[in-house]
Amino acid sequence: MDIISGVLAGQTRALAKAITVVENDRPGKKELLRAVFPQTGKAFLIGITGPPGAGKSTLTDKLISRLRRQGKTVGVIAVDPSSPFSGGAILGDRIRMQQHALDDGVFIRSMASRSHLGGLAKTTVDVIHLLDAAGKDVIIIETVGVGQDEVDIVKIAHTTVVVMVPGLGDAVQIAKAGVMEIADVFAVNKADRDGAGKLVNELRAMLEMSEAAWQPEIYQTVAKNDTGIDELLAGIYKHWDYVRQAGIDQQKFRSNVERELITYLTDGIVSLAAAHPGYGRLLDELAAKRVTPLEGAEKLFQELGLNCNWEKREE
Amino acid sequence: MAKRIKVLIAKPGLDGHDRGARVVARALRDAGMEVIYTGIRQTPEQIVATAIQEDVDAVGLSCLSGAHNNLFPKVVQLLREQGADDILVFGGGIIPDADIPGLKQAGIRAIFRPGTPTEETIRFINENVSE
Ligand SMILES: Nc1nc2c(ncn2[C@@H]2O[C@H](COP(=O)(O)OP(=O)(O)O)[C@@H](O)[C@H]2O)c(=O)[nH]1
Ligand SMILES: [Mg+2]
Repeated sequence: MDIISGVLAGQTRALAKAITVVENDRPGKKELLRAVFPQTGKAFLIGITGPPGAGKSTLTDKLISRLRRQGKTVGVIAVDPSSPFSGGAILGDRIRMQQHALDDGVFIRSMASRSHLGGLAKTTVDVIHLLDAAGKDVIIIETVGVGQDEVDIVKIAHTTVVVMVPGLGDAVQIAKAGVMEIADVFAVNKADRDGAGKLVNELRAMLEMSEAAWQPEIYQTVAKNDTGIDELLAGIYKHWDYVRQAGIDQQKFRSNVERELITYLTDGIVSLAAAHPGYGRLLDELAAKRVTPLEGAEKLFQELGLNCNWEKREE
Repeated sequence: MAKRIKVLIAKPGLDGHDRGARVVARALRDAGMEVIYTGIRQTPEQIVATAIQEDVDAVGLSCLSGAHNNLFPKVVQLLREQGADDILVFGGGIIPDADIPGLKQAGIRAIFRPGTPTEETIRFINENVSE
């Protein structure tokens, strides 16, 4: 069986190989994505984000168990940062999830972010498409993120769970980091520790000031002891119902594919520019301060036969 | 983009000491590889399922409990059964000289004992991972 029909039939080996093709821009990527694309948009995408060590992987592990008991198949993408020095990475999220290693209904894949910003790898959305087309009912995407700028997952997931732990900072810091804007559901994990109640109260006080249509709920969990997980999962599904009723899943799909389009466009234009014969000379001129980066970009666009003007027109 | 080598570092067997495995994992990361680490006490079945899902290029097995003669060949055998024998398997840990020929025979391509410079492991992986 070839890789495409293998993916569509939900075969583990084919899916694993397909992800490698997509992740490494290998030959066949375009055909693969073309073939699976019509089959995407079915899975429920749950983002789990928060600071390192908050318990995201442990929570994911417990959520997988619940979802499996409900008969749902689960895909997990666990993204960790690549080392900025070597480009390598240690991907250790699976440590907490190995009880599911032999379950055919669970497919877990670790991804290094490969210096892409925002907590995701460049190809994470394509990998989501593959898991989706392979028939996973729920896809959990675990990313490390603390502040708003680091959390691209919110744009992609239907429901974003922000995992917080007591003792990492007060409400002002939470507000500064923009965490309030990104959470659909809060998990205050490590609720066995001092300060969980205080954190919940602070979050609640901040949420009361929000006028957003969806009011996130706060769940206390002790992931390590499997406590509070049923309630958390029910809260996640409550938000999913809201998402579907409000048609947010359609909007998300649209913004997801736009995000991907932009990624490919950016990639393409940068490599076009870098391959331009005048590129090296332009860099010299920038370094010598004869040309500003803005002028340089404009000039390059012109030479590529494109017209791009960054100055906003008067209204 | 240049292909990044992906390696699973796994600890089969019942011993709970993973310092050596962690040192190797860090060294491989510093050499630019992507390293999946799954923690202690993994069964050969779990290791193979993980290697397949993660589609790794190589699996490094570390075992200090003395059960390597059973566990390492078992991993190779299960990979073969899954048609994944293109994955390079190497081992580390406390392994007597006398066991090495048998392990190599069984398809463990190299054994690195405690004290082996990590450069040697890195060179081995770089030279032997199939494209
Ligand atoms: N005390 C306590 N520790 C926890 C809890 N949940 C997870 N941990 C521990 O926190 C550490 C980090 O967990 P992990 O899931 O890897 O965090 P991640 O980095 O956010 O994915 C591990 O040692 C877990 O056992 C909890 O509810 N209470
Ligand atoms: Mg984690």
